[in-house]
Amino acid sequence: MDQKLEELKLLKPGTYFMMGNIACAEAALIAGCEFYAGYPITPSNEIAEHMSRRMPELGRHFIQMEDEIASAVAILGASAAGVKAMTATSGPGFSLMMESIGLAAMLELPCVIVDVQRAGPSTGIPTFVGQGDVMQARWGSHGDYELVAYAPSSVQEFFDLTIEAFNTSELLRIPVIVLADEVVGHMYGKLVVPEYSKINIVNRKKYTGPREKYLPYSCETLVPPFVAAGDGYRIHMTGLTHDERGYPSLEIDDSRKLIERLVMKVRKNAKNLWKYESYFMDDADVVVITFGVTARSSLEAVKRARAEGIKAGMLKLLTIWPFPEDPVRIAGEYAKRILVAEINMGQLIHPVKEVVRCPVVGINYPVGYAPPPEYILDGIRASV
Amino acid sequence: MVEVQVLREVVSSESPRDDLIRRERFPHIWCPGCGLGTVLKCYVEAIASSDIPRDKHVIVSGIGCSGRMAGYVNIDSYHVTHGRPIAFAEGMKIVRPDLEVTVISGDGDLVTIGGNHFIHAIRRNVDINVFLVNNFIYGMTGNQYGSTTPLGARSSTSPYGCPEYPFNLPLLAAALGAPFVARWTTLHVRQLAEAMKKAMKVKGFAFIEIISPCPVGFGSYNEMREGMDFIKFFLENCIVDHNADLNKVAISMRPGDPIILGNFVEREAPTYHDLEREVFRKAGWLK
Amino acid sequence: MNSISLKFVREPINKHLQKIPLGIIHVIPERCKECNYCIELCPRDVLKVGEERNFKGYRWPVIADGKALDCIACKMCEWICPEFAIFVKEVDRTEWIKS
Repeated sequence: MDQKLEELKLLKPGTYFMMGNIACAEAALIAGCEFYAGYPITPSNEIAEHMSRRMPELGRHFIQMEDEIASAVAILGASAAGVKAMTATSGPGFSLMMESIGLAAMLELPCVIVDVQRAGPSTGIPTFVGQGDVMQARWGSHGDYELVAYAPSSVQEFFDLTIEAFNTSELLRIPVIVLADEVVGHMYGKLVVPEYSKINIVNRKKYTGPREKYLPYSCETLVPPFVAAGDGYRIHMTGLTHDERGYPSLEIDDSRKLIERLVMKVRKNAKNLWKYESYFMDDADVVVITFGVTARSSLEAVKRARAEGIKAGMLKLLTIWPFPEDPVRIAGEYAKRILVAEINMGQLIHPVKEVVRCPVVGINYPVGYAPPPEYILDGIRASV
Repeated sequence: MVEVQVLREVVSSESPRDDLIRRERFPHIWCPGCGLGTVLKCYVEAIASSDIPRDKHVIVSGIGCSGRMAGYVNIDSYHVTHGRPIAFAEGMKIVRPDLEVTVISGDGDLVTIGGNHFIHAIRRNVDINVFLVNNFIYGMTGNQYGSTTPLGARSSTSPYGCPEYPFNLPLLAAALGAPFVARWTTLHVRQLAEAMKKAMKVKGFAFIEIISPCPVGFGSYNEMREGMDFIKFFLENCIVDHNADLNKVAISMRPGDPIILGNFVEREAPTYHDLEREVFRKAGWLK
Repeated sequence: MNSISLKFVREPINKHLQKIPLGIIHVIPERCKECNYCIELCPRDVLKVGEERNFKGYRWPVIADGKALDCIACKMCEWICPEFAIFVKEVDRTEWIKS
């Protein structure tokens, strides 16, 4: 990554008409992803296919593993060796990766996992859309940990948030999930690649001091500096609860310090991580909170409701986890009613209910299809 | 005065290999008579005598008694989830081919829950070393039977005798094309360390099955309650045959049924890294 | 057991030229777990179970009576010890006894 972006064979700044999944792959290349491990699964395949062609062109590594478990673990191995790494998958594969997400959180290895959501549960409808992995993304692995999940609703956002995902994972040494969906992944849309100088790229902070003083899991800061395998620091990383040296520990103090740090490094930075967009929120009585593909039909529904004289607004969440509590709370203070539109039987509605006092109603659409604007409009009409 | 000193052993506080182990963590957690400490000893001796600089060595372990191995070697060491050390090592080795990545873990970890990663890593011929410590049982969880438990052997979940056939691991590894396949016991320390050294030199996937005593786990269910019971069994039943027919090296742990040891396979084959360079060439990255 | 391991040993024709090294045995009592491998596998039966116990209650190996000069520094005890609790420093037998 010492090379300048201009010198690499990356997607040049300009305007493109591109598929979401491919925009995601190109964004990963710009962000500096040097290792991709994946397993074929619909509807995320285009990411792997594109990476398999593009990564070797840049001297970077693409490998197709034997399953999603291996893919998720292999990217952690690469991350431990000091490079940026990612994988992409969909529901069933995402389920298999849960164990490794916990490992990434525990070892504090940066990595990006793209989940192009399909209709579930189980095999569901692999080629159709769903938004049923919202809770799994946050709570899928056992134990206490925090991570960040972004949800794009357009090709442009898929591109931007993939770069952002790499940056956040490097900054906080956490696994970051890009919670896309089948429609956003397969959609062709406009993509503007800005000048490289305008793209912010974050690399993990490395430790360079003397070996004797290095504490790999020092609690002095929320995010301890990183050393890679082969750097000569003789680091030990373990998935067991460990002390600041990285050695397994059964002490209550070590456990408390470690788990608090794993959680607090996201919670304390939450405000900086929240990304959302407000539409017609100035005087909205009814607010639709939504994300991903659902935000597209919701926006149309809100516009039509306005034309009918209903004071509707929309809050599109780009960051799903950590949950953007403040903007949702503020929306709840001014609105009479909040609607949560999502392609599942009610997942994002739960954290919304946690933070607002006004009535919250879900607009849930049968899994597999993006709701048409009329469906959401009906929900808005019914709420006034 | 000198004569008095001759008669007694010298009491010391550190061993000559303490620089390669995390001595502040000793004594380790393994039971008296467990072979894992001996495997650790052989591994650090192999590191010490290998041509590869020490800070280029990396050890990855999984879960279980053997999984604790990584925590005791004073090199870059990673202790990952159950069954996954090979996948982790693959990711690491592919992006950093200059590292000498060694996986040391147990039979339950590497070939039972992690069996899929094992077979595919050999098939790809990724240049890692896998030293599998076979103690015939899941020790740390309380002595349940696994995929290497001999047919009929008792364990906490096979009180009537194990009803499953065990793996013949050298045959499996050789069939998948591993360039180096060996099997030793923890009694054959020098041969084991020598095989480890060879494995580090081998280009491609190097596999050593290490038969290890487990007196507290496997032994207590199968009338081998002391580590020495295993060592005596090894002394009486082990046969070294480098050219053995691998179809016939399955282990039954019955007296009189030999445990065949040796460096069974030593051959050359293009590694994943060689083949990946070909990809880089075709993609235009390498000329 | 010694009979098993020594039975196959061929007598070298230049035996009179061979120097038999002497090993000075070092133990780290706090690490010992009394598995007895060092004692049982010593080809010269140099070691025996000691009487003292370490903080974990294990008796570490000591040199058996009158056996100190029997050690030939084969280092089997050092290699087999799972605890890194015993090691042997090799010295020149003749020189060492002289001094």
